[in-house]
Amino acid sequence: MTAVQKRIFINKLALIFSTLSALIALAFLFWILGVLVMKGLSALNWNIFIYEGAPPGYEDSGLKHALVGQLILVGMATGVGVPFGILAGTYLSEYGKNSKLANTIRDISDIMMSAPSIVIGAFVYAIVVLPMGHFSAWAGAIALGIIMIPIILRTTDDMLQLVPGTLREAAFALGAPKYKVILSVVYRGAKAGILTGVLLGVARVAGETAPLLFTSFNDNFFTTDLNQAMPSLTVTMFNYATSPYEDWQQLGWAAAFILSMFILGLNIAGRLILLTRKKGK
Amino acid sequence: MIDKIFQNLTRISAFLILLIVAWIFVVLFNQSMEAMQTFGLDFITKDEWAPNVDKFGAYAAIFGSVASTFLAMILAIPVAIGVAIFLSEIAHDKIKGFFGVSVELLAAIPSVIYGMWGLFYFVPILRDFTGGMGIGLLAAGIVLAIMILPFMAAVTRDAMNTTPDILKESAYALGGTQWDVIKDVIIPYAKAGIIGSLILALGRAIGETMAVTFVMGNVHKVPTSILSPTTSIPVTLANEFTEADTSLYFSSLFGLALTLLIMSFVVIAIAKFYFLRKARRA
Repeated sequence: MTAVQKRIFINKLALIFSTLSALIALAFLFWILGVLVMKGLSALNWNIFIYEGAPPGYEDSGLKHALVGQLILVGMATGVGVPFGILAGTYLSEYGKNSKLANTIRDISDIMMSAPSIVIGAFVYAIVVLPMGHFSAWAGAIALGIIMIPIILRTTDDMLQLVPGTLREAAFALGAPKYKVILSVVYRGAKAGILTGVLLGVARVAGETAPLLFTSFNDNFFTTDLNQAMPSLTVTMFNYATSPYEDWQQLGWAAAFILSMFILGLNIAGRLILLTRKKGK
Repeated sequence: MIDKIFQNLTRISAFLILLIVAWIFVVLFNQSMEAMQTFGLDFITKDEWAPNVDKFGAYAAIFGSVASTFLAMILAIPVAIGVAIFLSEIAHDKIKGFFGVSVELLAAIPSVIYGMWGLFYFVPILRDFTGGMGIGLLAAGIVLAIMILPFMAAVTRDAMNTTPDILKESAYALGGTQWDVIKDVIIPYAKAGIIGSLILALGRAIGETMAVTFVMGNVHKVPTSILSPTTSIPVTLANEFTEADTSLYFSSLFGLALTLLIMSFVVIAIAKFYFLRKARRA
């Protein structure tokens, strides 16, 4: 073999290895997706949306309790996480800019974004559940909200910085005070980006299980009482899947399917918003 | 006037992040005080975890966390780099778009679903191959590897894509094969970014709870083989937090949480401050 042939051979080998690893990865991931769709679809029926949890063996059992609980928890978390995240992102982009302080906050927030979510759960347990004396929807929502803030902060900061400085200067030249410039010029310019950030943030916390395990805990019945334990799709899924009862495991897969579709939908919607905006320009 | 109010509102929100992080450390530290005073350094060096006699040593859980993450990294890194090379250099534009987006979407699937798949579909197959229970360190490592693979591949691809086309074109003009370009141009150029991305994925894996809770076994023993059931810090927290009945037990669990937080903080900080910052400057 000449040197050139050897290089061509090694090149082929490397490309084959790389394509193979892509195929292996794809195979595993489609296996998981396939299981999720097959199991989820076969377990899906209207009863799931009508009935709440029941002991194993009951015909009329569903996931209404967990679906509603999930919406309440994620909704409340969004109520906590989005305003704080957007305001903090605004500070970094519009007031802090490249100062040392702003960069420190960016770094800390980035680290927070990757911190283990179960630790956030333990923290909220100590500051909310212990003083209250029992699990509550509040605790779950606060845990999810804390996880959400750094995500929203990051995207808001990035998106606001994309708004051209000339727009701000034009508004200042008209005599607008800074808050007015931010509220009606900068926010308006970054609307699509911020919305995408919010959607991705919601999608991210909607899939969290670990921080809910000992904050909102779980409940097999329908409840809207925010001072009590609140069921969620993720924790219900965890409990049902680890139970030995076949019908509960079925419901667990249905919950997994519904939740994944919700999260994938949010992700796709977020991407589409950014995409259509880019095209519109 | 309104201007000042608005500015202060945003400033308070930004400081809230710092406050929360500091608060988390203080609370976890305070709660784990009792365990630290009782056991001292033994807490992280002894592996006896016996709630019935109020003895808590976290070594097995720490070992399980490190071992399962290590295993996952060994399995996932070559595949993720392969996928990243495929996505940035080999695939046709159309496939690239479709494949790239599906990898990113897969990274968004909740980890609890990877865990369920592991328990119901993967563990039985693994059991047929290896004998024994199927549940254990190896199963946890593999499920964890599959879970972080999409994230790892996506960020590694992004790092590789930062290589300027002109560098690649110059190498091709000199007669380099694709592999020559990848190994001698792209990887050296994007090295810091790639390593940073891999460590970021490691930080994610070490704190992952739900993907491994199902398949690790929750047995407080340092594993004697790769097949033995064991535990990790997040698995122990998920399984035992609501069962803790004595204050020392409770405090020990908070000690575990603090240990995990410090471990992941250090890992992520290394990735961010050393490698990714270097990559940004380059």
